[in-house]
Amino acid sequence: MSLEKTHPKEVKQILSKYPPEHKRSAVMPLLYLAQSEAGYINKAAMQDIAKLLDMTETEVASIVGFYTLYHDKKEGKYRMQVCTDLPCALRGADEFLDNLCGNLGIKVGETTPDGLITLESVMCLAACDKAPMFQTQGPDGIKYHENMTVDRTMELIEALKKSNTGVE
Amino acid sequence: MTHILLRHRDIPGIEKFDVYKKNGGFDAFKKAVTKMTPAEVTDVVKNSNLRGRGGAGFPTGMKWAFIDRNNWPHYVVANADESEPGTFKDREIMEGNPFQFLEGVAIGSYAIGANVAYVYLRGEFWQVAAFLDEKIAEMEKAGYLGDNLFGTEYSLRIYTHLGAGAYICGEETALLESIEGKRGQPRVRPPFPPSYGLYGKPTVINNVETFTNVPLILANGADWYKSMGTADSAGVKIFSLSGRVRKPGNYELPFGTTFRQLIYEHGGGVQEGRPVKAIMPAGASSSLIVVDDKVLDTPMDYATVRTVGADLGSASVIVLDDTVDMDWVVNKTIHFFKHESCGKCTPCREGNYWMQHLTERIHSGHGAQADVDLLLNVAKQMQNKCLCALGEFSTMAVVTGIERFPQDFKKAVSQ
Repeated sequence: MSLEKTHPKEVKQILSKYPPEHKRSAVMPLLYLAQSEAGYINKAAMQDIAKLLDMTETEVASIVGFYTLYHDKKEGKYRMQVCTDLPCALRGADEFLDNLCGNLGIKVGETTPDGLITLESVMCLAACDKAPMFQTQGPDGIKYHENMTVDRTMELIEALKKSNTGVE
Repeated sequence: MTHILLRHRDIPGIEKFDVYKKNGGFDAFKKAVTKMTPAEVTDVVKNSNLRGRGGAGFPTGMKWAFIDRNNWPHYVVANADESEPGTFKDREIMEGNPFQFLEGVAIGSYAIGANVAYVYLRGEFWQVAAFLDEKIAEMEKAGYLGDNLFGTEYSLRIYTHLGAGAYICGEETALLESIEGKRGQPRVRPPFPPSYGLYGKPTVINNVETFTNVPLILANGADWYKSMGTADSAGVKIFSLSGRVRKPGNYELPFGTTFRQLIYEHGGGVQEGRPVKAIMPAGASSSLIVVDDKVLDTPMDYATVRTVGADLGSASVIVLDDTVDMDWVVNKTIHFFKHESCGKCTPCREGNYWMQHLTERIHSGHGAQADVDLLLNVAKQMQNKCLCALGEFSTMAVVTGIERFPQDFKKAVSQ
């Protein structure tokens, strides 16, 4: 189903930000919109966006491939993305991530068996003074979680579990 | 001290329209549009000696004056891609004092005759973008954005545009490519954005912090601004302090504040009272400075920091204590740059790939002195050959780490 049919208002609002002769500029916001449905962008969605913006499917796929916040595969409902770059690592981010792996029983890049959480290690999130920290990317967008401990993170995961009893 | 940029720390609720307005908000923009010509606005900014806060320190007024007036339309782009490891100031500005930032964008737009401005935020700032969208809507409703502002001919709209996780989009031409719906890869320059920018049209791109300075400069005058800071670097700067300090965070201070004042008076000193071994004043892109008393007493402005062996850049001061080994630091920074290299030019794409192999091998204890020599060689081969600053920056910590802290690398390969 085309985004124009499923989200007519949002598509119109996104296109209105850019000059009509440069509607290709809308590719990134439209990809976010497509991704908000299933947590990833499938081939049909890329074809749909390509058609909407007079781009080739390859051009759209190259955007999905280039930018790390777009995903072309189904993973956990929430991606838990821990920053382990230099400033965060100086404040214990590597140990935090190791302990989190231990608690969840998964390795970095893996998904919990219930399909709720995919644990990832990511590059700097501009919160260096509040490490350890991570962001969650999920159906309700991206959220920051700062000055975290493993205990508080496990509480957050429990809360997510409760509000997502119907995870496929 | 009263803040000029982080005013939300002094004035609670300044992120609300009414509170901002009550504290002189939008007066400068109104004065510019109704009483000043664009050239006069540019002159005030030029005379204030404001320099770009994104890292390069280029004079802001001069950049505005470069705009090609024979080619229209013009665009303004605010760079809110903040992705340098160690930098976290723009987010605080946008969350705490959003209207002052947006007013700065509006004044800049008037000065260069742009009717459309984009705020390019890194994709992770999803919530910040939604927050700014609300603030922009409030400005539109109150008649500070839209058509025929204050009854004049001048019209302006501001839009947010979200990136999606690519450090390279902080490079201004990669950022423009990204708004155009392409992969964020830098353009060959010249031409520079003031003549060939967004959609091939003249464009001014400034950092969030740069724009946030502008309303108060216009309100209080260039001389007021120059009365703060040093002769080389006028005004105030937000120093993002991170690493092994007791109180990491953003500190808005005049240029010329010393490293010692920042780390000990404001940052509470080093954890466990340990000595500072090295400082990276410009985030992960920085050279590593060997710290002694002379370095600690160095005033931080663009010219003086250079005399102790690094650039001030965006003033993202990462503090490393004596427990930190530089082969570990370099492995971290190279891991970052290898991941963020856009792949367009060969020295950066291949160089970082090989440097990562070497830093991993050395740090994991499987390296030999020959690997350290090769690493230094690869880094030096890359210098002055990359298409944009990312490739150059990736070599800074490597070269200065090996040259200034040879004992750390010797230890790593003799285990």
